[in-house]
Amino acid sequence: MLSVKRISKTYPGFGIKDVSFDVQPGEYFVLLGRTGVGKSVLLEIIAGLTRPDSGAVLLDGRDITHEKMQNRRISLVFQSSALFPHMSVYDNLAYPLRWCGKTRSQVDQQVAKLAEDFAISHLLEARPQRLSGGESQRVSLARAVASEPRCLLLDEPLSSLDASSRSEIRALLRKISVNGQLILHVTHDYTEAVSLSTHIAVMEDGGIAQIGTVEEIFQHPKSQFIARFVGIRNFFKGRLETPEAQGTSLKHFATDGLSFAILTDGPAGPGSVMVRSEDVTITNAASPTSARNNFVGPIADIAPVGGGVEVIVDIGQGKSLEIAALITNEAVSALELRCGKQVWVTFKAAAVKFIEE
Amino acid sequence: MTTARGPRTDWLSLLFAALGGVVLLFIIAPLASLCLSCSLPELAETAREPEVQASISLTLWTSMAATVLFAIAAIPFAYLLARKDFPLKGLVLGIIDLPIVIPHVAAGLALLTVVSRGTVLGQAAGKMGISFIGNSLAIMLAMAFVSVPFLINSARHGFEAVPERLERAAMSLGASPLRVFLTVSVPLAARPIISGMIMMWARGMSEFGAVMIIAYHPMVTPVLIFERFSAFGLKYAQTVAVLFMAVCLIFFVVLRLLAGGRKDAQR
Repeated sequence: MLSVKRISKTYPGFGIKDVSFDVQPGEYFVLLGRTGVGKSVLLEIIAGLTRPDSGAVLLDGRDITHEKMQNRRISLVFQSSALFPHMSVYDNLAYPLRWCGKTRSQVDQQVAKLAEDFAISHLLEARPQRLSGGESQRVSLARAVASEPRCLLLDEPLSSLDASSRSEIRALLRKISVNGQLILHVTHDYTEAVSLSTHIAVMEDGGIAQIGTVEEIFQHPKSQFIARFVGIRNFFKGRLETPEAQGTSLKHFATDGLSFAILTDGPAGPGSVMVRSEDVTITNAASPTSARNNFVGPIADIAPVGGGVEVIVDIGQGKSLEIAALITNEAVSALELRCGKQVWVTFKAAAVKFIEE
Repeated sequence: MTTARGPRTDWLSLLFAALGGVVLLFIIAPLASLCLSCSLPELAETAREPEVQASISLTLWTSMAATVLFAIAAIPFAYLLARKDFPLKGLVLGIIDLPIVIPHVAAGLALLTVVSRGTVLGQAAGKMGISFIGNSLAIMLAMAFVSVPFLINSARHGFEAVPERLERAAMSLGASPLRVFLTVSVPLAARPIISGMIMMWARGMSEFGAVMIIAYHPMVTPVLIFERFSAFGLKYAQTVAVLFMAVCLIFFVVLRLLAGGRKDAQR
């Protein structure tokens, strides 16, 4: 287990304050926050590149706050490749295995095994400069895993990749996590967090704003900031169904007894959908519309948010499935909206964003 | 628009090329004239002289030895300068450049005040049977004094260009700082380090002023050239000069080619 306890570090005009969280084995823990919020400083402190002003970092119960970086057994993977350009892929993978009493054939065997696990056997002779973004990130991960770290720190590992390498690396990360590797993944991209994490800590102004499971963070953001930052109030886990007709992009997403129409090219299978509250319309009666998603339910809450009103409608038919719509003050009075009133909520299939798991 | 601007740019380029030609000529003309003024038989005869042979080989090996010996300390120092900030760093950098800006005869005198037999260091070394005056050790000291800034500066720029990210990655993989230095930083800065060593070696080899003060004998080639010039005149000095230039050039080109072959070491 990785425990960060009340870490503070101040720089002129910037810093992190009283940051605490625990990462348990078996979790996929994502630290989510805007650029410049202090995530990188926190990573540097955990990795041992920077000393905190106060607080402690514990790894498996042992205080490593003042441990030397090379003795921490915490491996870093960066956004851009940190492969050694003067070594072949083989030598990069062998780097953490050498100088620690292993024989040549042991190193050989371990590199071969790693290369196979990470599907990079064909690249062993190559120079890092020749690799594509996805390949070099695979090699970076393999090298990090080769050092048998007690914790793997990932600093925006997917940010500089194209879409297809991204999903490939995501699959790899999931595999590494399932194997029991302790992972702390830092990102500013909420889709990355949704797609991979079991737990999220949201960082704001140099501190932790909220920690919880993915559902908790997205469905019940604790502060305006989090709601704004993640930008999405309507978040549901479920399953994308295979369409009956071939070649159509209109698919159905099943969640908790409800089904959303969704326009996506994503593959069928488990995942999450998101609808921005700005994209949800409220009407007093069903009316003909091009929107494919129409649900009826009572208003659960009406709350003013910066510049508008957030109306929460329970469309779960007794199962409590809430959907939020961001509308204007004028609309609230024109439609005479109040808590408990039955209304229709409408949103287009194209407004539903699917993130595969 | 391009046609309107085109001719003007061309005139400017032509002017610059002409100015460049003047500078090039200024470098080439004296060298060419010197080389043309001695015949091949004369050169061959000079090359057979034991005094000349001894002097050239002395110059070559002392300058190389000085470079290699001082590199052992200068390269780690350059790394420190590239990676760490410390109080008075600007002053330290200035001190490193001092040997380049002070007159080399003065540099020789300065060295002499520290290592001559009358000084504390000279006496202590003398008790151990070491002398810093008038021998190959003295030559190396004088050469290194005036040429080590070239190595330090070149290596420092080389290390500055190595991404710290790579060093951090290596540390996080469990490598000790020394191992990171030897297996990541030095190989990645190899080209600037080697070119700095070549510069230091070339500069040390051609040194006259400082060497002359601290070790007139045994004679390195620049001192020999000066000796022959002042004792016998231009004709006797120029064949040695041309021969020495040729040897230096050959070594220089070969080393550059060898260093250039290590392109892989750079990103």
